Amino acid sequence: MIDFSVSNRTVGGERHTVGRRVLGAHAWLTYIFLYAPIVVLVLFSFTKDSFGVRWTGFTFDWYVRLFNDTRMMRAAGNTLWVALVTTIVATVMGTLMAIAMERYRFRGRGGLDALLYLPIVIPEIVMALALLAFFSFSFGIIESITGVTLRMNIWTVIMSHVAFCISFVVVVVRASLKGFDMRLEEAAADLGADPRTIFWRVTLPLIMPGVIGGALLAFTLSLDDFIISFFTVGPGTNLLPVEVYGRVKRAVTPAINAISTLMLVLSMLLIFLSQFVQRRANR
Amino acid sequence: MTTLAPDELPIAQRNAARRRLQLLLAPGLGWLVVFFVIPLIIVLLYSFAAPGPTGQVIWTFSFDNYVTLFGKDLYFNAYTRSLVIGLQTTVLCLLIGYPLALHVVLADPKWRTVLLFLVLIPFWTNFLVRTYAWMLILSNNGIINGLLELLGFAKQLLYPSEGAVLVGLVYGNLPFMVLPLYASLSRFDFTLLEAGSDLGGNGWWRFWHIMFPLTLPGIVAGSVLVFIPTVGQFVVSDLLGGAKVDMLGNLLQRLFTRSNPPNWPLGSALALVFMFFLTFIVILYFRNTTEDER
Amino acid sequence: MITTSAVVLQQVTKRFQQVIAVDTLDLDIRDGEFFSLLGPSGCGKTTTLRMIAGFEFPTTGSIYLGGEHVERIPAHQRNVNTVFQSYALFPHMTVAENVAFGLEMKKVSKTDIKNRVGEALRMVQLGDYGHRRPKQLSGGQQQRVALARALVNRPKVLLLDEPLGALDLKLRKEMQIELKRLQQEVGITFIYVTHDQEEALTMSDRIAVMSSGKLLQVGSPTEIYERPNCRFVADFIGEANFVTGTMIDGASTHCAVDVGNGIILKGLHQEPIANGTAVTIAVRPEKLRLSVSPPDGSSYYPATVEQVVYIGSDTRLTVTLVGGITLDVWEQNSRSTLDRDAYWQRGEQGYVSWNPDNALVLVK
Repeated sequence: MIDFSVSNRTVGGERHTVGRRVLGAHAWLTYIFLYAPIVVLVLFSFTKDSFGVRWTGFTFDWYVRLFNDTRMMRAAGNTLWVALVTTIVATVMGTLMAIAMERYRFRGRGGLDALLYLPIVIPEIVMALALLAFFSFSFGIIESITGVTLRMNIWTVIMSHVAFCISFVVVVVRASLKGFDMRLEEAAADLGADPRTIFWRVTLPLIMPGVIGGALLAFTLSLDDFIISFFTVGPGTNLLPVEVYGRVKRAVTPAINAISTLMLVLSMLLIFLSQFVQRRANR
Repeated sequence: MTTLAPDELPIAQRNAARRRLQLLLAPGLGWLVVFFVIPLIIVLLYSFAAPGPTGQVIWTFSFDNYVTLFGKDLYFNAYTRSLVIGLQTTVLCLLIGYPLALHVVLADPKWRTVLLFLVLIPFWTNFLVRTYAWMLILSNNGIINGLLELLGFAKQLLYPSEGAVLVGLVYGNLPFMVLPLYASLSRFDFTLLEAGSDLGGNGWWRFWHIMFPLTLPGIVAGSVLVFIPTVGQFVVSDLLGGAKVDMLGNLLQRLFTRSNPPNWPLGSALALVFMFFLTFIVILYFRNTTEDER
Repeated sequence: MITTSAVVLQQVTKRFQQVIAVDTLDLDIRDGEFFSLLGPSGCGKTTTLRMIAGFEFPTTGSIYLGGEHVERIPAHQRNVNTVFQSYALFPHMTVAENVAFGLEMKKVSKTDIKNRVGEALRMVQLGDYGHRRPKQLSGGQQQRVALARALVNRPKVLLLDEPLGALDLKLRKEMQIELKRLQQEVGITFIYVTHDQEEALTMSDRIAVMSSGKLLQVGSPTEIYERPNCRFVADFIGEANFVTGTMIDGASTHCAVDVGNGIILKGLHQEPIANGTAVTIAVRPEKLRLSVSPPDGSSYYPATVEQVVYIGSDTRLTVTLVGGITLDVWEQNSRSTLDRDAYWQRGEQGYVSWNPDNALVLVK
């Protein structure tokens, strides 16, 4: 049986019991389980095999084809655009709300707190369907009043993404405001700074790591989102995850491996960037 | 920026503070009301309406949709299917995640963060991409079948299948289980196990009577975090299960987009029932953990 | 000497919801003086300071700065500066940027800022530290930066909120002297909040003692120590023996108090007190004398030595009078001897006496 006794906690030169070895082997297997699909995906984006599931030799062909695939490239451009606009809007609104929530006491603050957590906890598909229902419902009303027919497009996706990203930004920025020394704002006021100057010269620079963290989170969430995009994008617009989903449902191809690899690389870059920002802030 | 509650300030400052508060709150709150609260209200209204012959919504007020949801075998099967797959995924994540979290906690402190970070990295990458990777591995001409052939076995149809769905779900949700378990285990006082062995308990006894109960909050938290997204998803069951595995998420997606004609009122009712069911679980979980802290 | 008022508080009350933090406070702080607000934590001294700074507004009452009404003017429009307990240096700016902040807000020209910042940093002996970040400095150095950042603006009044609280004892003593020197050099009014009575006595021109939001006494360190006006002040500043009793001869300033068991104590009070009033006599331990034989002149009381504690500079004795009244007596060790027998021994009999001018009769 596994021996968890405390003497094994101190690492370095002590006896490794059978229990610890079993734990270690299990951990290795789990890490292999976690990373094997990623390695396979990246590897097979360079295979010559036209089904993209076996290794038959190295080629860059699929990436070249990918970059010539205008439909896929436009989808990628749209997705980046959506993520960018969403990030800017959600970060500004979320930061302002976080400041209001941390700094002011007002009636309905508890209720607002609960409302802010809802988009994080309710199932994504419920939110996606609600947004779909909302756009169809309100477009129906607009049509009956003005006679103008509206269709879901890239902007409906952006509006929806902002709605679910705001809450995440608020959570991250609030966390950075919690550690904020209020005396610093008082000190600035004491030295003659008006509220606006205090905000731009003291508060904002000091919570900037939190704001950047929130922005990176919003960007990642928007970039990776499939479910809400799937339901709120109109038939005329292509988004990368939706496009990939559509193609994957038809067939596995090396081009999909290539685009998936690129998405993976982008996600990883974003994680390391956000870690870097956090580390610097903690110093 | 003022540091005071508006009602503690003299009138002029109070008004200025109130204006600033309004400016800070208005954009975000407005956005959330229009694109979150109102959509949910519309879903609520739809759930009492009736479907038209071409997929439109006919405004009535009846509980027919809810009666259908609880009456038809089709839906009942989807619930139980979702529940069973959700539970299977949760248990598998727990069985894999608990020893992993324990390994990370027991590791040399300088490696601990790295080991934990390694669990999280895949989780930050696109869910769709991760699911797709398993299609490559499990495909008919994929690596596993290649290995099987190499070893002289016959090829297996690995996907689409329920097993493939389970693998995909465990893969996608494992970090949700490991994180709370890690938090729970790192607070666990390992000298208690020594005390247990002084009392003559063997390994299993000590695990079940000391470690398991004391890390239960982490187990519960991890289970809730895995269960909820598992039941609501439709991508994994769609891609890795084909049409064979029908879960709540797939049902919802079909009711809104694919069935002929779509049935939004019924879909809305299903979405709401699903949401309240999950809220119920979350509340149960929170009550459980707050009691533990008391 | 003709003095003008730097800060005047009139009937200032500050309420936080149901709690009264400052209760109808009147203060008149003179130009150029080192004024301390002294009291235990929660006595309202910091709230008073924050109202002068403009971080809080009084619920009722008026505040004047240099003769002008300011109680509704926000902090950034007042010509006072604060040194915070936690220093509150901006961590994202260098030391020089911190010090320059106030001048920038006043739109002082770039060259003037440079000169004045350099001058201020030299004044606190940190001339070479301008380019550093606050985090790279020690606690004492950060303290000096906070001082320079406030003083560089040449405020009418400098407010200091327990500025030495975070420093260790030795550094604190050094900074006390340094602060006093700076204050005399720049001639600015200092309002200093502290709960440390020794600090207040060392540095202040005048001290205001506060308790539970109320002002108890204002006076010079000597007045506060030698002539406390109530039991709280006598107890909070320094040590004192308290004996309770009933006034039997209160017509003149030198009065007599019956403390029971037939013991009558002599004491001093500024105004007549009606006979029969319950009073407390406060007398500081170093004012008591213990002698082998009855002293001449003054009143004396037979006493038994209960405890002898030798602390080097002093010997601290505890004696009891007939009827169980216990008194602390501090005798200075002016004699130089290693002979322990030369001192009092436990159980010995003697006579306690004091100059009645040093025994204060307190009504409150």
